Amino acid sequence: MSGLSIESISMRFDLPNGSSVQALKDVSLHLKPGELLSVLGPSGCGKTTLLNIAAGFLAPTGGQITMNGHVVKGPDAERGMVFQQGALFEWMNVRENVSFGPRMKGQTEAEWGNQVDHLLDVTGLGDFKDKAIFELSGGMQQRVALARCLANDPDVILMDEPLGALDALTREKMQGLVLKLWKETGKTIILITHSVEEALLLGERLLVMAPRPGRIHKEYRLPFAEMGVGGDLREVKKAEGYATTREEILEMIWDMEEEIMGRSEEMQ
Amino acid sequence: MIGLMILLVYVAIFVISFLIVRFVVQRTNTDFTSLKTVTFGDESAVISNRFASVVSVLTIFLLWGSFTGSAWVPGFLHAPGPFVGETSFTYTVATQDGERDDATVHVRVVDFGEKPEKFDVPLGDGLAKDDALAMSASRSATVLFDKNDEVTRKEGTRVVAIDGVPIAPGGSIRTDAGRFALTSKGAISFSPPKGLQMEPIWLPPPEAVVGRVIEIANEGYRDSTLWKHLGYSLFRVIAGFFFGALIGIPLGYAMGLSDWFRGWFEPIVEFMRPVPPLALIPLVIIWFGIGEVGKIILLFLASLWIMAISARAGVSGVNISKVHAAYSLGASKLQIMRHVIMPNSLPEIFTGARVAMGVCWGTVVAAELVAASEGAGMMIMVASKFQLTDIVLMGIILIGVIGFGIDVLMRRAENWLVPWKGRS
Ligand SMILES: Nc1ncnc2c1ncn2[C@@H]1O[C@H](COP(=O)(O)OP(=O)(O)O)[C@@H](O)[C@H]1O
Ligand SMILES: [Mg+2]
Repeated sequence: MSGLSIESISMRFDLPNGSSVQALKDVSLHLKPGELLSVLGPSGCGKTTLLNIAAGFLAPTGGQITMNGHVVKGPDAERGMVFQQGALFEWMNVRENVSFGPRMKGQTEAEWGNQVDHLLDVTGLGDFKDKAIFELSGGMQQRVALARCLANDPDVILMDEPLGALDALTREKMQGLVLKLWKETGKTIILITHSVEEALLLGERLLVMAPRPGRIHKEYRLPFAEMGVGGDLREVKKAEGYATTREEILEMIWDMEEEIMGRSEEMQ
Repeated sequence: MIGLMILLVYVAIFVISFLIVRFVVQRTNTDFTSLKTVTFGDESAVISNRFASVVSVLTIFLLWGSFTGSAWVPGFLHAPGPFVGETSFTYTVATQDGERDDATVHVRVVDFGEKPEKFDVPLGDGLAKDDALAMSASRSATVLFDKNDEVTRKEGTRVVAIDGVPIAPGGSIRTDAGRFALTSKGAISFSPPKGLQMEPIWLPPPEAVVGRVIEIANEGYRDSTLWKHLGYSLFRVIAGFFFGALIGIPLGYAMGLSDWFRGWFEPIVEFMRPVPPLALIPLVIIWFGIGEVGKIILLFLASLWIMAISARAGVSGVNISKVHAAYSLGASKLQIMRHVIMPNSLPEIFTGARVAMGVCWGTVVAAELVAASEGAGMMIMVASKFQLTDIVLMGIILIGVIGFGIDVLMRRAENWLVPWKGRS
């Protein structure tokens, strides 16, 4: 089966004090090639854990991940990762960062040069090729992270709150860029976010997770990502159904947060 | 007393130059950095005032020069010097029979470094005869006034006044000529005014120190030229640091990457780290002697733990996202080691290297103080035995300058090699 399959994944962390945390319980999901899934949920519901398992950084305590039919055993270039921040290599300039994947594969500049320069142009970094990472703004750094991931040509891109640290305006522009890159490259993308708006705008499918234990609470199929491609994201927000879905999801998450608070009060 | 004076003058210069620079020289200079009075953790945002640094250094040399009577400081800035030249005083004796007579003592006070030479004066008349006294500046001299007198202390004659001021045995008085005291046996002890200047044996003037630098640079000291002495010290530091880094960095990497290595070496490293290298000098001398090998091993040990700990910190401080990102970009373990972990640890290693170089430089000087036949520390050690304070000072200044130079070079290298340090 082609695409990424998450097959009844469970994850339990054993803590040093003897107790344990059930971070994920029986999470199943299938992503067809080219799908864009956004994942939403209150803090601590296991979103990062799920992504780390999909990337192969963590071995689940139950279930398995398959990618185009084979079982995932560890990190691999077919599954790229974009982190919130701090994952760029400061000792390399922008172009060296972006070409990291191809260079590690032993490709020569003749082989990767065109593709990397193209990606730098697409992400608007053409004039910053030779700049050091610490000379860039937060938004530009995330564009480098995106370009670096794409330069490696993965099948799936996993993003853990990639725009979480950006200011509102930069964030909006970057959302447009993510949509554009998704459409142009046809990659399968999982995008974790804290922002309901972002999840609605970018997610072709939207997954709401619930905590304790982390599990899938509800799934949506949304038209907004298609509408947003090449268009104005602010217009999309005025589209039919956007506001009601947004309210519904906000309420859902609000209730979950309430429940968490209530439970921790009981415990005290 | 003098110390307090110097402190007062120093504080006065500090305040006055501050006021002058603030209100006269830099009055127009108000940019936003001046509003940033407190910055935490960001070295580069705190700019020190260049004027202050220049005035500070000049002040030190000015104070040094003026309290040592330096030829490089104009005379009117000199602190009052000790009395030098000719003076005289009159003493009055009284015999047991109550007879009194006056006599004059002619005194020649010669400057530091000159030899007081005896001279003769006409005896004059009366019971007490005139005396001659030759002495060095800032010293006291005892006048056996009755050597040539017709009445002597043995016969019960006593000094009762000096320059008309009464004085008793064991007592002391002060006149324009200086301070006088009568010893318990009745001899006169005379101290001409000492002034506020330091004697060269305590603190030589700057030109004496510079003269020594030139002299030793040209002629050498203890069979080696100045450059050879400094070169020896530098060579030991560089060799010791080199081997320390050569072993310490891989050791730190191994400790950062493997729990077995970490567990194995942690007790050793954690135990050795707080042992000051100076405490190892005796053991190293017993084991390896006082030659080059012993010194280099000492400096190797001084830098080894510092480098190991900083390399370990550099490795374990790597942001796990960077390693994960590299994995999912298809890098192998070896490639991650080479392209992520090693460059990521460079800032920590440089910090460690700067500390290690500082410690090594301090340790080499200390080791040379204990035992060596060449080296900066050996120069000042030998010079101090002969009370050659100018060489001691010269050595201290050169040691300071070189230590500072090493740190500046290390910082330059750091800015060049790890420009992202503290900025990611
Ligand atoms: N390495 C770990 N050790 C122990 N507990 C962990 C670890 N990683 C995550 N957890 C726990 O698992 C739960 C889910 O964490 P996470 O996936 O980071 O949540 P999210 O990303 O949705 O905020 C949390 O309760 C967290 O405390
Ligand atoms: Mg998270």
